[in-house]
Amino acid sequence: MAKTVDEIADAMYKLVKDAFGIKKLKPMDLTKAMMELYEGEVDKKTCKAAIKQLIDSGKCVYTYFGGSYVEIPHKEGSANE
Amino acid sequence: MSDALPKTPKLDELEKGKWPSFVTEIKMAAKKSPMCRDLLGQLEQSYEEKIGYWKHGGIVGVMGYGGGVIGRYSDLPEKYPNISHFHTMRINQPAGWFYNTDALRKICDIWEEHGSGITNMHGSTGDIILLGTTTDELEPTFSELQKIDFDIGGSGSDVRTPSCCCGMARCEWSCYDTMKACYDLTQAYQDEIHRPAFPYKFKFKFSGCPNDCVASMARADMSIIGIWRDDIQVDRAAVTEYAKNGMDIKADVVDNCPARCMDWDGKEIHIDNQFCRRCMHCINVMPKALAPGKDRGAAILLGSKAPIIEGALLSSVLIPFYKMEPPYEELKDLLERIWDLWCEEGKNRERVGEFIQRVGMGNFLEAIELEPVPEMIAHPRENPYVFYEEYFEEDEGEEEESES
Ligand code: HEM
Ligand code: HEM
Ligand code: SF4
Ligand code: SF4
Repeated sequence: MAKTVDEIADAMYKLVKDAFGIKKLKPMDLTKAMMELYEGEVDKKTCKAAIKQLIDSGKCVYTYFGGSYVEIPHKEGSANE
Repeated sequence: MSDALPKTPKLDELEKGKWPSFVTEIKMAAKKSPMCRDLLGQLEQSYEEKIGYWKHGGIVGVMGYGGGVIGRYSDLPEKYPNISHFHTMRINQPAGWFYNTDALRKICDIWEEHGSGITNMHGSTGDIILLGTTTDELEPTFSELQKIDFDIGGSGSDVRTPSCCCGMARCEWSCYDTMKACYDLTQAYQDEIHRPAFPYKFKFKFSGCPNDCVASMARADMSIIGIWRDDIQVDRAAVTEYAKNGMDIKADVVDNCPARCMDWDGKEIHIDNQFCRRCMHCINVMPKALAPGKDRGAAILLGSKAPIIEGALLSSVLIPFYKMEPPYEELKDLLERIWDLWCEEGKNRERVGEFIQRVGMGNFLEAIELEPVPEMIAHPRENPYVFYEEYFEEDEGEEEESES
């Protein structure tokens, strides 16, 4: 059965959270992981909407380290008070 | 801290000469802005010690946006507390960089209130660059800018703020409406600008003619350059006028034609248009006499980039001639096929031009469903680099026959 945006957002959030501090994930990494995990039950459009939801709700943020990544909000090492 | 400017003998050197100086500008701003005073101090120290004292911040931004804010922190925050945070905001410029003074004053007022007050009009990306603010001021600045209809531009792995030459607004050579096209694609791709989802950056630049005033050929992943496909328009009386006024038409026009497709018999100019390379040289030299043809559109090129991971690339032709009329459906369809492929197969930080080099132009064209045409050359006077599979298959067939 087709997965909802909420379900995909939750699954993506778990990935991002588990990867925190270990590996930075790009939006495309998340999309590819979902397509693999839920083969036939999810399309790119749903993945895009799920990322949008994670960002707009503030649960995740975009970060930039040479390229752009999706991470959970945190204070980075270089930040001054 | 005192209001006096720090002593900056090294920076002061950069105020000498008859040209504008960013040091003079920062000093002027420093009268009002403590940020600018500390900026002068830190910059002088960097010049003295030959060490840069900026740290990158990869996480600052405004809610919902993944681009447009470039995080910067001072590495000497105790010494220069006012620039402890010094983030840059890229603001999407109006197409063709047209403002009225009212809009400019409002931007400056907002920036004096919420940031350092210093700007860079414009950055090489084309954006309005607002230099230096704190993390806390990002959202308030953004919300003030939105009230006067300005939005943040791109940065990171997204569609970068598209930019265009002034086109038909000021230039008779413009072969399509660059400002309209730039605005249309900016609006169409708001998600792609603000929500980075690509392997790396993707830039559009729109030039109205091959003079390419925004240098899209060298600086944009997709270069959209105005061109004509009929004959150069010639005003014979005006040619005669140029000759009468002393122009050496043979030396200055005809002999500099890279295609050697022009002729001057002392009275009239002849152009063998089928060999013309649309280089604009003759038109630039005799603007009153020559003009681009009437059947105008754009050439769509792909792949340029500056050297970072790999060396520099220029864009090369993808579509030799496209009418460039709204809503640009075919162009957008093609673009989305390119993005789909590049997102799927591109490596992290691989520009689309590098991607094409890696997979090969033949495979790339096949994947984006575009027929190869002879105009797709790497650079002028070089043979096509397209792989014509069917011809090779025929050859192989023949060989097998002769062997048996
Ligand atoms: C002598 C000192 C400096 C030199 C020679 C220098 C040189 C450059 C050059 C060549 C560029 C690329 C051109 C462009 O993008 O328009 C650039 C871009 C930039 N510089 Fe500097 N820079 C200097 C000082 C600074 C300082 C003090 C800051 C901030 C505190 C700064 C922030 C930036 C930013 C944010 C960009 C990117 C602008 C954009 O997005 O287009 N620069 N700089
Ligand atoms: C299968 C045989 C041939 C192939 C594959 C071939 C291929 C090419 C290619 C790729 C170019 C460069 C085109 C350009 O960049 O404008 C070229 C140019 C040229 N070829 Fe050939 N060629 C062949 C046979 C010949 C023959 C038989 C002649 C002479 C009788 C010839 C004379 C020339 C000349 C004079 C040029 C330069 C044209 C120019 O400057 O525009 N070619 N050829
Ligand atoms: S690129 Fe061509 S059309 Fe655009 S401003 Fe320059 S000369 Fe004019
Ligand atoms: S535009 Fe360039 S190639 Fe064409 S006729 Fe003029 S000088 Fe020659």
